[in-house]
Amino acid sequence: MSKTSYCAYLTGFISPEVKDTCSSSVECRSPPLIQFSQSSVPLHRNYILSTFCTEHNVQECLSHINQEVSSLGLPPVWTESSGSSEMNVMAVLNCMYDLIQLHHRGLRTLENMEVEQLKSSSNVDHLHCLSLLKLILNEQLELSKRGNTGLLERERQLHLKVKSLQNCLKNEKDEVQKLQNIIASRASQYNHEMKRKEREFTKLKERLNQLLVDKKEKKQAIDVLNNIGRADGKRSLWKTQKTEAKHEGEMYKTLLSDYDTRQREMLLENAELKKVLQQIKKEMVSILSLRKPIRKDDKHPDAGIQDEEQVFDSSKESVGLFSVHAREKLTNSIRLQWRRLKSHVERLDSQGSLYMGENKTDDAISRETHEEEMDRLKLEIQPCKDFIQTQQQLLQQQLSSPCDEETTSLLSNCYMLQERERFREEWKTLEKQRNLFERERRNCTEAAISINSRHASHSLPCARKKVCCLYLHKP
Amino acid sequence: MNFSEVFKQSNQLCKVSPDGKYLATCVQYRLVVRDVSTLQILQLYTCLDQISHMDWSSDSLFILCAMYKRGLVQVWSLEQPDWHCKIDEGSIGLVSSRWSPDGRHILNTTEFHLRVTVWSLCTKAVSYIKYPKACQKGIDFSRDGCYMALAERRDCKDYVSVFVCDDWHLLRHFETETQDLAGLEWSPNGCVLAVWDSCLEYKVLLYSLDGRLLSAYSAYEWSLGVKSVTWSPNSQFLAIGSYDEKVRILNHITWKKITQFEHPSSINNTKAVVYKEVEKRTAVGSDDLSLHITIGTALYNTRSKYEICPSPVQIPVVKPDPDRANPKIGVSSLAFSSDSRYLATKNGGFQVQSLNWHRSGDSLMLLGKEQLCLCYMDTDQEDK
Repeated sequence: MSKTSYCAYLTGFISPEVKDTCSSSVECRSPPLIQFSQSSVPLHRNYILSTFCTEHNVQECLSHINQEVSSLGLPPVWTESSGSSEMNVMAVLNCMYDLIQLHHRGLRTLENMEVEQLKSSSNVDHLHCLSLLKLILNEQLELSKRGNTGLLERERQLHLKVKSLQNCLKNEKDEVQKLQNIIASRASQYNHEMKRKEREFTKLKERLNQLLVDKKEKKQAIDVLNNIGRADGKRSLWKTQKTEAKHEGEMYKTLLSDYDTRQREMLLENAELKKVLQQIKKEMVSILSLRKPIRKDDKHPDAGIQDEEQVFDSSKESVGLFSVHAREKLTNSIRLQWRRLKSHVERLDSQGSLYMGENKTDDAISRETHEEEMDRLKLEIQPCKDFIQTQQQLLQQQLSSPCDEETTSLLSNCYMLQERERFREEWKTLEKQRNLFERERRNCTEAAISINSRHASHSLPCARKKVCCLYLHKP
Repeated sequence: MNFSEVFKQSNQLCKVSPDGKYLATCVQYRLVVRDVSTLQILQLYTCLDQISHMDWSSDSLFILCAMYKRGLVQVWSLEQPDWHCKIDEGSIGLVSSRWSPDGRHILNTTEFHLRVTVWSLCTKAVSYIKYPKACQKGIDFSRDGCYMALAERRDCKDYVSVFVCDDWHLLRHFETETQDLAGLEWSPNGCVLAVWDSCLEYKVLLYSLDGRLLSAYSAYEWSLGVKSVTWSPNSQFLAIGSYDEKVRILNHITWKKITQFEHPSSINNTKAVVYKEVEKRTAVGSDDLSLHITIGTALYNTRSKYEICPSPVQIPVVKPDPDRANPKIGVSSLAFSSDSRYLATKNGGFQVQSLNWHRSGDSLMLLGKEQLCLCYMDTDQEDK
């Protein structure tokens, strides 16, 4: 029931002052609610006759009302001490008034509560709306965030693009600068040439003017005391078609000889290179074949082909590799051998490194020092080997050389030749001396004989004795 | 090293005869011939005007003296001092004069390069060659003296004419694919002619003796191109020095580049030895001829020594004025040793006028404006 209708019902029973207070009290704040007992009769029903109190149950009603009123906190309506069934009208009226006040208050509080309820419901609605709004806003926020990241990403990409474009721009600018420099230098060159040509042109014009003005023209002339001969002494020939043809011929001869020499050189070079390739191939094959028994787990599926190749190629060697096919074959076989060698060396390397990794003791000599040692020893051995070889060769020569008797006789005592020569010389000199002495002695003996014959007349015994002695001493 | 007394000369005209017996010098209008070993004056000739150019004939019997202002050439004989020869070009003027390889013809280039006149000293005959080109090196004789190549320009196109020096018969005449031919050079074996374009375009063309184009080589476009070209003595290599400070070597079989050498401003190579000359003469800085090859020698009273610079070595670089034509950058001189094993190059604006190898191939002479430097190479070292 609405506020106004309730007020109208009340005014039917209550004086206008109460009506005023009722209406005014509606606007006041509601006091704390008082709990109504459940047995209270709803007063807004339009009861004219109250079935609560009859003629029979007046006392009970009175006491009940007393109870009720006292439970409400109001002074009792009827006290038992008065003894009369008559009620205190003032007390009853006051009680009624208080009840009416309470009722008003209650109504007020009810109104207030309704208002509150309305307010709260409207608040709830409002909050509900707000939450919906919040959801919507959240969604919008999400969307806008996503949009933002998208924009950021785009911005980043645009930044990168800007940077790259700036780089391009810089490069282009540099290029432009370079081209400008080139243009500038070319322009200065052109200008220089132009000026030069213009200067020459002016000189030419001046010269022409001068020549036109100058009447006497100096002619060209040569003045030689006497003709000198040609450098090569030959007579100069007339220019005829034959000489022209000869010149052409000579020119082509020069060119051809040049091509010839070049071709020869290239042939030589080719031959050299081919030889080198062959050697390399042979060495590679030998190296690989040496390694074969050591590497047992090594697979040589084309070993058979290799042998075949060897046999094949050695027969071709003597022919000379001039054909295209032979050349290709050689290069292919070299490539193959090289690949094999390379794989083998790689394997060895990996093995070596593994080994080195495993065995890090001090006793193990590193590969390099080992190899150095080997090289050094080889170097030491080499001259000894050479020496032995030369000695062998000489010995062989000595033993096997088939020489004739003269040489054998010459060579038979060749070691004492020098001494023998010397002795011969000495013998000769001594012989000469001996002969000289012989002659002198003969001379002396003859002289002595003559002296003797001369002194025979003088008969000197001593001289004779001497002569006899001389004569006796003749060998 | 001993030096003789100083002799006067003018115009840097001082040449030793091809047979090495005589030395000819020009002093103003006089020609002095001395004996090389004793330096005694053997002959003295007087010309009509100041001598602009002087040259020995190939057989060392004659000397030509050219006087460009007067347009005269006088030829003197060593055997017969009374013999004289005067060639007057008349009003047409004279710009250059040279001997032919046989030593009996004189080629005069007239003013404005109008024509080349060939005068014969044997027959007094005259031949004319029209439209010679005015360029860096427009005439070249092959080493055996049989052929002459001449650059011509007609109708804004470049041509090359090959003449037989015997009787000046025109053997071949062909157009070249150059924009502006700057020079030509025969290979030492006389079979290939190298032709190069001006510095505005990098182009080197190789023609066979009979005029066929064998190959064209161009390293790059647009930037300034070829500065100097030289053949190796065995005709197997062609070295091209360019304005980008690099030397490119072509081989004679494929005419393609086999290697290129750079001239960086900072040398970091561990194999290179850099010697720097330090002069003790005055306190005015150290004169440096920083070289890529070894030892030098002291001149006169100047005490200087060479010390090895530790790497990396910074070579002083003078940036040339970019607005001027023919900038002083790039490889301007190249010289192969006689065994074709070594190549000497000069890059940049250093004051080195010429590089010359000795015939034995183990020493190199550098001639500067004020310095002379002899470099001996230890041939056991690795070359650079």
